[in-house]
Amino acid sequence: MKLETYISTYCHIRNNKILINGKPFIKDAFDTDFSIFSKKVYKDLNLSYPKFFKMDNLSKLAFLAAECVLNREKTNEDDNIAIVLTNRASSLDTDRKHQSSIQDKESYYPSPAIFVYTLPNIAIGEISIKHQLKSENAFFILDAFNAEFLHNYACSLLENNKAESVLCGWVDYDNEKYDCFMYKVSQIGDIKHTINKLQNLYKIKD
Amino acid sequence: MEALKLELKEKIIEQLNLEDISIEEIGDNDPLFGDGLGLDSIDALELIVMLDKDYGIKLTDPKEGKKIFESVAIMAAYITENRTK
Amino acid sequence: MSKIYLTYNNIISSLGFTTTENIENISKDISGIEKIEDINLSQTPIYTSLVNTIKLDNTFKKLGNINDFTRLEKLMILSLHDVLTESNVKITPKTGLIISTTKGNIDVLDSSSKFSKKRAYLSELAKQIQRFFGFKNEAIVLSNACVSGVLAISVAKRLIKSDMYDNVFVVSGDIVSKFIISGFQSFQAISDSSCKPFSKNRTGINIGEAAASVLVTSQKENLAPDAVEILGDASCNDANHISGPSRTGEGLYRSMLSAFNEANIKTTEIDYVSAHGTATNYNDEMEAIAFDRINLEKVSINSLKGYYGHTLGASGLLESIVGMQSLYNNTLYASYGFDEIGVSKPLNIIKETTEKPLTTFLKTASGFGGCNTAAIFKKVL
Repeated sequence: MKLETYISTYCHIRNNKILINGKPFIKDAFDTDFSIFSKKVYKDLNLSYPKFFKMDNLSKLAFLAAECVLNREKTNEDDNIAIVLTNRASSLDTDRKHQSSIQDKESYYPSPAIFVYTLPNIAIGEISIKHQLKSENAFFILDAFNAEFLHNYACSLLENNKAESVLCGWVDYDNEKYDCFMYKVSQIGDIKHTINKLQNLYKIKD
Repeated sequence: MEALKLELKEKIIEQLNLEDISIEEIGDNDPLFGDGLGLDSIDALELIVMLDKDYGIKLTDPKEGKKIFESVAIMAAYITENRTK
Repeated sequence: MSKIYLTYNNIISSLGFTTTENIENISKDISGIEKIEDINLSQTPIYTSLVNTIKLDNTFKKLGNINDFTRLEKLMILSLHDVLTESNVKITPKTGLIISTTKGNIDVLDSSSKFSKKRAYLSELAKQIQRFFGFKNEAIVLSNACVSGVLAISVAKRLIKSDMYDNVFVVSGDIVSKFIISGFQSFQAISDSSCKPFSKNRTGINIGEAAASVLVTSQKENLAPDAVEILGDASCNDANHISGPSRTGEGLYRSMLSAFNEANIKTTEIDYVSAHGTATNYNDEMEAIAFDRINLEKVSINSLKGYYGHTLGASGLLESIVGMQSLYNNTLYASYGFDEIGVSKPLNIIKETTEKPLTTFLKTASGFGGCNTAAIFKKVL
């Protein structure tokens, strides 16, 4: 059974800018690092969620993109929204921090608050907790944004009734460099969910 | 002891990333866990690392932590008595 | 709707380099967990289950240069090579490769490693495996904490159903490293003796290493004698806490419910449950609550962590393969290390390895990030 599927909202976060449905959400670009930028976005989104400041950069990036996409849609706890995220660097950015805490015998103090983020799917956990999504989820590592794979996997979840909609994305954070493209797929929306369209949307520039 | 309490409050805010909380908001006898600061099980483990790293106190049973981390005042008293650095 | 099967398989672990060798040891009540003193892994002695390095290199020599590949790559290549050879499947553009791992080549980040730090990228690991065997498609790496191994089976099934592939080879693996041990030690989750899943006196987990591989296919004409059909599977999040399991077992309960709905069978039709059972206080209690909620409390159940420790990204697949052998041999394997029930809900823990006709089993796993997976398998006959 092949379903007609659509993209309802999409969001890009890169170069300290956010685009929602291709339009700038925060206009000014900041010549600053991600930690300051992400704090500014947190405030612009009027969030009051102290746990945000405990997250690692990968989770912060995914969390903010999910806010941008899901806030545009009416969602409630009964909505069965699956989460499928992909990236290149997995959690390496935080892995390196954990490694540096155990590298020397003299300063060997592994931190549980860092170690827990050495799994990429923690970012999915953070989004699930915030939006109370008790749904299908998976984190995949690929060499680059892979529209075909994301398209096929999201469709299989929808066609097999494993979810009513799927929050999909590419969320990569590596050595201060980051790139995020997130979107929601379901049977409702204005943009046809095709591999070609995904490739084009991913490449959008402001 | 007052200096240690202040130091602990600063460390708790910094190490547990309590972005929206100031030193003045943590009373000496306020409960750290439960509703107060919104700390969770990972924070408790993180405090155990802090005791080891900054004060040379090794806790091997997380249950011990529960009593020690009841409030800043109790933590300060425990550290004063047991610190090795 | 086409049926999807798990067929040719391999396990490389402390208990052997083939599935058969592993099962022989399990049926003799032999555990691969030992006390190890190695400062490259831990500052204090640990109980862990390791693959013998000399045996690994000696076996690998026949396939390639032992210095060109990391420990994990050698484990994965050996394991997958066995399955490719046994299955005799030709790699075509419709053959997929899924790699399940939590930390991949994480040991290369250590300053003592002779490999480039680039090798820590999971896509680099994927390329090594892909190129070695000449897979035509980019390997898909699944890194979803401790459910990865079971979830990888679901993903393979879904991609075959969506017509992306005809056959998918799934290879899973993780090694014991200072990185992992230190992290779990900081969580105070590591047991100072052999682990005792679901027991009253359980004191935490042991970490182990292994690689396991399987062929997932819709082609019924090429099935091994131990093949099983995947009846249903699901993976639901707790949405509760990033490291602590849900107190109500919500995500695991929902995963099982969804898997049962897809399989369209009743819980009374399950002959055996292969639980996650890490032997931490909270995990085992959470599982017992979830099994009780879905009425599986009377079904024979075990955790295989007492034989292997927690092999992370490999565990779900490794334990599913052991489950396949349980069905094939009509044997319930003892839950190694169990003494007295130590969870708040009743469970029918397998105390002794016993023969019994078996047709269907349920595999579950849970992990950090609030993830849970359940999958139901049935003997093909």
